[in-house]
Amino acid sequence: MWNDPHYRALFFQILVLGAVILAGVFLVNNTISNLERQGIASGFSFLDKTAGFSIGESLIEYSEEDTYGRTFMVGLLNTMLVAFIGCILATILGFIVGIARLSRNWMVSRIATVYIETLRNIPLLLQIFFWYFAVLRALPSPRESATFGESFFLNNRGLSYPRPLYEDGFSLVVWAFIAAIAAIVIIARWARKRQDATGQQFHTFYVGLGLIIGLPLLAAIVTGFPLSWEYPVLKGFNFQGGKVMSPEFVSLVLALSTYTASFIAEIVRAGIMAVSHGQTEAAFSLGLQRGPTLRLVIIPQALRVIIPPLTSQYLNLTKNSSLAAAIAYPDLVLVFAGTALMQTGQAVEILSMTMAIYLLLSLLISAFMNWYNKKMALVER
Amino acid sequence: MKLKFTVAISAAFALLSLSGGTLAATLQDVKAKGFVQCGVSQGVPGFSNPDESGNWSGIDVDVCRAVAAAVFGDANKVKFSPLSAKERFTALQSGEIDILSRNTTWTLVRDTALGLNFAGVNYYDGQGFMVRKDLGIKDAKELAGASVCVNIGTTTELNMADFFRTNGMDYKPVVFEKADEVVAAYDSGRCDVYTTDQSALAAQRVKLKNPDAHMVLPNVISKEPLGPVVRHGDDQWLDIVKWSLYAQLEAEEYGVNSGNAKKLKDSKDPVIRRLLGAEGDLGSNLGLSSDWAYNIIRQVGNYAEVYDRHVGPNTPVGLPRGVNELWKNGGIQYAMPVR
Repeated sequence: MWNDPHYRALFFQILVLGAVILAGVFLVNNTISNLERQGIASGFSFLDKTAGFSIGESLIEYSEEDTYGRTFMVGLLNTMLVAFIGCILATILGFIVGIARLSRNWMVSRIATVYIETLRNIPLLLQIFFWYFAVLRALPSPRESATFGESFFLNNRGLSYPRPLYEDGFSLVVWAFIAAIAAIVIIARWARKRQDATGQQFHTFYVGLGLIIGLPLLAAIVTGFPLSWEYPVLKGFNFQGGKVMSPEFVSLVLALSTYTASFIAEIVRAGIMAVSHGQTEAAFSLGLQRGPTLRLVIIPQALRVIIPPLTSQYLNLTKNSSLAAAIAYPDLVLVFAGTALMQTGQAVEILSMTMAIYLLLSLLISAFMNWYNKKMALVER
Repeated sequence: MKLKFTVAISAAFALLSLSGGTLAATLQDVKAKGFVQCGVSQGVPGFSNPDESGNWSGIDVDVCRAVAAAVFGDANKVKFSPLSAKERFTALQSGEIDILSRNTTWTLVRDTALGLNFAGVNYYDGQGFMVRKDLGIKDAKELAGASVCVNIGTTTELNMADFFRTNGMDYKPVVFEKADEVVAAYDSGRCDVYTTDQSALAAQRVKLKNPDAHMVLPNVISKEPLGPVVRHGDDQWLDIVKWSLYAQLEAEEYGVNSGNAKKLKDSKDPVIRRLLGAEGDLGSNLGLSSDWAYNIIRQVGNYAEVYDRHVGPNTPVGLPRGVNELWKNGGIQYAMPVR
């Protein structure tokens, strides 16, 4: 049996697996016994204890009386918010810059080149500091805020904006909006089928635009505009009422998305250049114009090249968002692996939880992008 | 191939078991490596602050220098590790440093759940607030709705939450990891209020663009006894740090300072003679030489000398002695009898 390569390989694999498990068990035991010997608290019971500190901004209700478990959720949601908005902005900006870099206009392509080369060659942390400290210092104090139409106020505490107050009947507007989206999906499918069958085109875009604005507007008129605004008012130190976008949030999102966009731009450029020029010529000879050529021929083929490296940029952005701690944005690292860690002293538990959640976030993004990639892949016949 | 595996695994195990064994006898370790590894702040004038050439000074620094003088007879055998508030306890727990002397507040949780021991109090402090003078605020109870800049992982962060909660006031914490970032954010107008220990407020005010435009409010909202910290479970090392601190206080109480210590070895007072090692052998109880306290006083000075040199009224920090006076003079600094 020893001479059978199949069994021999199996034997060694079991041996290695056993050694890894043994080493793992030893590490865990060693840690636990050391913690005990030094009298350091361990276990996860701290998650149910009152945290006692407050957090600057939170997507869910949070007060000092909530538990450490709740602070974990607050931090996680703040991290996800930055990552989500950052990814969207980075993608949009990245596509624009990437296409601009290929532009035949000398000026446009040079500006894109300078943008890419500058931003991707400066350390991200410095960029975050730049956006935070340089931009923050330039902003006025709350009492001297820059005002836009008496409802938007920009100062060094952030951007205050009116908060929508929903009244009875607002749900109808929301339903109208959902109905509009559903209608657009159905129309788009029908239009494609018709085009496949008859070659006739349908202006899905304009009809869709009309639907998505018109239907909710109609519902709002019927229900008598069931929406009012709470305006921010200067009272005491700061603006009360309304909502605030903090300078920490804005500078972090700006820094993350502009930085990542420079990488995405290069990926987009590479993707477009990977599509053979013959495809463009073929499209032109079929009578397609520049716009439709790019939209219908080049981009769909380029996407197959773009999506896999794009995934790693999304992962980078999400992980880089942990630099938030440097500028006081209350993300998972600052709130949970920072304050909560310090107040409980349970470094091993808290850091494992934080690492596990970043791993989970990354795997989720990967899974989503892999699904999208499969959808976009060339259907081979 | 199998051999390689076995070697690698046993080597890994050997490394791991080693890291488990270095925690108990700190004195031996310190003697073996030849210096005290001291955890300090990243720069708080008067407490622990580096100069242009990287030499550290301050009353927290002198705690470590005193221990080095007691152990080696040379106050300069100290190496410093600048730590953020967030890193400090992990650095001590993991054995990276031997003493944490970084304006650290003595609390129940830190003393117990964090596996630490506080060796004493080298500065009694309380938390205060700093605001811009032009806000016209006279009392901390007028701070409702304010944005407050604060350092992460400090008792300050919790006290502030308690204070605003008790008084039913809203506030917005803006939490930074480094003291410098807190000061920079406050200075740039991100916050209305900067809160930390009163001593640190006085020290950091020196760093502001226009120190005169700011004031410290009279309210003291907490007790902040600051002192050196060691690991739980090594009583001998705890004793050495504790009594190094007491020796300096005792020296002040009996009028012994760096100038007269040599002469006072011939003093008639048995307390002074015992302290300076001219009579008896108190040092051996600590595992040190008999002139341990003499070396501290000669090289670092007594408590008053240390205080006046770094934070006293004649320094830029300019803190009056206040509660940090000796108990005889109406303060609460009190050394257990050195005998």
